[in-house]
Amino acid sequence: MFESLKSVESLKSFEALSYLPHPPAPNETLAAQFTDLAPPLTLRQAALESARCLYCYDAPCTRICPTGIDVASFIRNLHDCNINGAAFGILQQNILGGSCARVCPTEILCEGACVLNHKSGHHDAEGQPVRIGLLQRHAIDHMQFEHHPFTAQPSTGKTIAIVGAGPAGLSCAHRLALLGNRVVIFEARDKPGGLNEYGIAKYKLLDDFAQKEVEFLLGIGSIELRHGQRLGGNLHLNALHAQYDAVFLALGLHASGKLGLAGEDAPGLLDAVTYIAALRQSDDLTKLPLPRRALVIGAGNTAIDMAVQIARLGAQEVTLVYRRGVEDMTATEHEQHIAKANGVRIVTWARPQQVLLNGDGQVAGMRFASTEMKEGGLFDTGETFDIAADAIFKAIGQTLGNDVDVQLLQGGAKIVVDAQFRTLTPGIYAGGDCIAPGQDLTVQAVQHGKLAALAIHHDLVSHLEAPSWPT
Amino acid sequence: MADLNIDFCGIKSINPFWLASAPPTDKAYNVVRAFEAGWGGVVWKTLGEDPAAVNVSSRYSAHYGKNREVIGFNNIELITDRSLDVNLREITQVKKDWPDRVIIVSLMLPCEEQLWAAILPLVEATGADGIELNFGCPHGMPERGMGAAVGQVPAYVEQVTRWCKQHTRLPVIVKLTPNITDIRMPARAAHAGGADAVSLINTINSITSIDLDRMIALPIVGNFSTHGGYCGSAVKPIALNMVAEIARDPATRTLPISGIGGIQNWRDAAEFIALGAASVQVCTSAMLHGFRIVQEMKDGLSRWMDRQGYQDIAAFRGKALANMTDWKYLDMHYRVIAHIDQNNCIGCGKCYVACEDTSHQSIAQLIAASGKRSYEVIDSECVGCNLCEITCPVQGCITMVPQAATKPYMNWTQDPRNPRAEIV
Repeated sequence: MFESLKSVESLKSFEALSYLPHPPAPNETLAAQFTDLAPPLTLRQAALESARCLYCYDAPCTRICPTGIDVASFIRNLHDCNINGAAFGILQQNILGGSCARVCPTEILCEGACVLNHKSGHHDAEGQPVRIGLLQRHAIDHMQFEHHPFTAQPSTGKTIAIVGAGPAGLSCAHRLALLGNRVVIFEARDKPGGLNEYGIAKYKLLDDFAQKEVEFLLGIGSIELRHGQRLGGNLHLNALHAQYDAVFLALGLHASGKLGLAGEDAPGLLDAVTYIAALRQSDDLTKLPLPRRALVIGAGNTAIDMAVQIARLGAQEVTLVYRRGVEDMTATEHEQHIAKANGVRIVTWARPQQVLLNGDGQVAGMRFASTEMKEGGLFDTGETFDIAADAIFKAIGQTLGNDVDVQLLQGGAKIVVDAQFRTLTPGIYAGGDCIAPGQDLTVQAVQHGKLAALAIHHDLVSHLEAPSWPT
Repeated sequence: MADLNIDFCGIKSINPFWLASAPPTDKAYNVVRAFEAGWGGVVWKTLGEDPAAVNVSSRYSAHYGKNREVIGFNNIELITDRSLDVNLREITQVKKDWPDRVIIVSLMLPCEEQLWAAILPLVEATGADGIELNFGCPHGMPERGMGAAVGQVPAYVEQVTRWCKQHTRLPVIVKLTPNITDIRMPARAAHAGGADAVSLINTINSITSIDLDRMIALPIVGNFSTHGGYCGSAVKPIALNMVAEIARDPATRTLPISGIGGIQNWRDAAEFIALGAASVQVCTSAMLHGFRIVQEMKDGLSRWMDRQGYQDIAAFRGKALANMTDWKYLDMHYRVIAHIDQNNCIGCGKCYVACEDTSHQSIAQLIAASGKRSYEVIDSECVGCNLCEITCPVQGCITMVPQAATKPYMNWTQDPRNPRAEIV
């Protein structure tokens, strides 16, 4: 059943969970736990919500959007029953506007910036932002284009290799194709989409949306997608560099951080992203291994996604443990609320110290050292405590792995690029989570891909001869 | 509580809220429900000569706001489609059952004296309190030489009014059409004909919208449409002006006015009364929400009157008229300047773009290091047009601050910049 995971290197750690029981509820009951976390707006709701938008000038929602979507304009179009116009405006800036509408942390982006939040003073502002994410989803869900809405420009004769079919790679590919270039995308996994396909909580991106979105995006033409192509495996950067006019690296971060503890490879301890990928690809949730008591280590949105999903599958005790305080968590307040609403216990100021194993060598829990801030640093207090668990999920951040030419890293942990997304090697560009400083946001990756495409195109066409003047 | 009783050209009403001649007052059933709800009076839907008019399907359409709230309403319904006899019998019965409520009977007939002479005794016999001459209906009936076709010709207005005054002892109210250039002309004609009062406005010629797929205006009858009469909230400003025009006109200032046009709530009613109306008539709002709205209208009006110290309707009737004048008498030295309360500003930029694009470039956009935008009025550039205050979504955030007078009152007739200044 997990065929599509066969390219996941950490599949072994998932298979090692086979001794765990399965969710007791029938598949339909479980599936109901993974329907839309934020259900789509009805037509009437969309009409009312779009009417709330003030149509701000120089609007803060647009200024804060990494892809610069003209929010006020698309909402006005939406309200005026010009759904295609709304969708076109969104897609012009962000070709993955459909998935971004679902996975963006809008509470810290457009909706967080909405002037209707304004709380100071004594005025009558509403204290509730326009639900921009849901409106954007509405526009994309209801658009009806007979053909792909964008038309590619005349061919430049150039072909660009893109490594990685995640948001950055796909966005770059679409924009390059739009500008008249051919693109070949090399993807290690069986399906395109990257984190949208494998990494996002199931209830945020449903109904095979990631695949439908890729299919739509490819509608521009001139983009070839090759699967099973792994950099450092059957794919070599030097060869790509030699064969193609340019290379764009959109590798993402596919290696998980290590706790650095003995027992880290014991059955029952695995990366959250591995389990989430298996959950997303499963069409029969009753077959998933389910710990009765689960521990999640981490404080980001992936940690929350993991904790909430395992709770919804039926785990009885789910505890999220973080070595610092709640205020330091990178998961947004909104995400923390979701965790609490799903019965996830959040334990802070505790550092993993030892993996506890049972007689069979399987995970039985974890020993934590209590921590505190002292003189600006994080220290153990000297106290320890144990939490019993049948499985431990690590969500302590992702890294690049060892497949990238160290020269591109310039001594850092990520690929270094300039403002035009050029690496140190001419002709090789990079964007998305794999570059420093990455923001770990889908929407940021889309913007990187878009801007990198413009830079690549510019660099390539500046070498083209001017077409002869028609006589 | 304030006294809401009124005396409208001798007709006593327990409150100033009447239902206008329209579908809500079509028959006894509706009118009884209206009286039960608390309306002070009704103007019975227009009676005509038999055989009764025939109506089409469909009949109404609307102009909507952002949230599908009805801003304006359009209809192509004609006068009563029931026989004269049925209407007269029902009026008689309802008046008998509700002696403290006002029933005015609206009438529309061709311009032939004998027709009016024949119908008026029948109306009088019902016990009705007065008649209203429908010179306003803008759709259908004018094609037959009635309604607005009469109201648009002052001589006809005067003539028919005079006939009615000759053939009935009942008070005669002339309902005016707004589909004319100067509303004072038909009002003067009605006055000259002996009218006891005027009521206005009737509906305005309108097409609310087009079905762009079928390329037919609304409302649709088969594959065609026709213009209708526009009413509802959107027409209130037009109606208020016309009421004020008549109330300010030396020739008609003593003529009682029943104000009609987009009245939705007590505040609208108070505004009509403040411009001289002695009673108000409501239709669209009742059609959209039901007769129960009169409860809030009465309650709101009397509480506001209490707060203001107005003991009865007459205490504030026409009070805003004293402050209406012609443009040429406005003070050329008066000046207001916009002020933005930074505490209340939510940073939407609407005032800025409005002023920058379409007014006097009097608002500066300031960008802080953090990227935060703020907006400030450039006092020296501001002409005090109110546009920014109007565009601001936060009530009270932008205020127009009157500047201390540096020069005495001077109007356009006295202004040296006026090339045609009147010698005063």
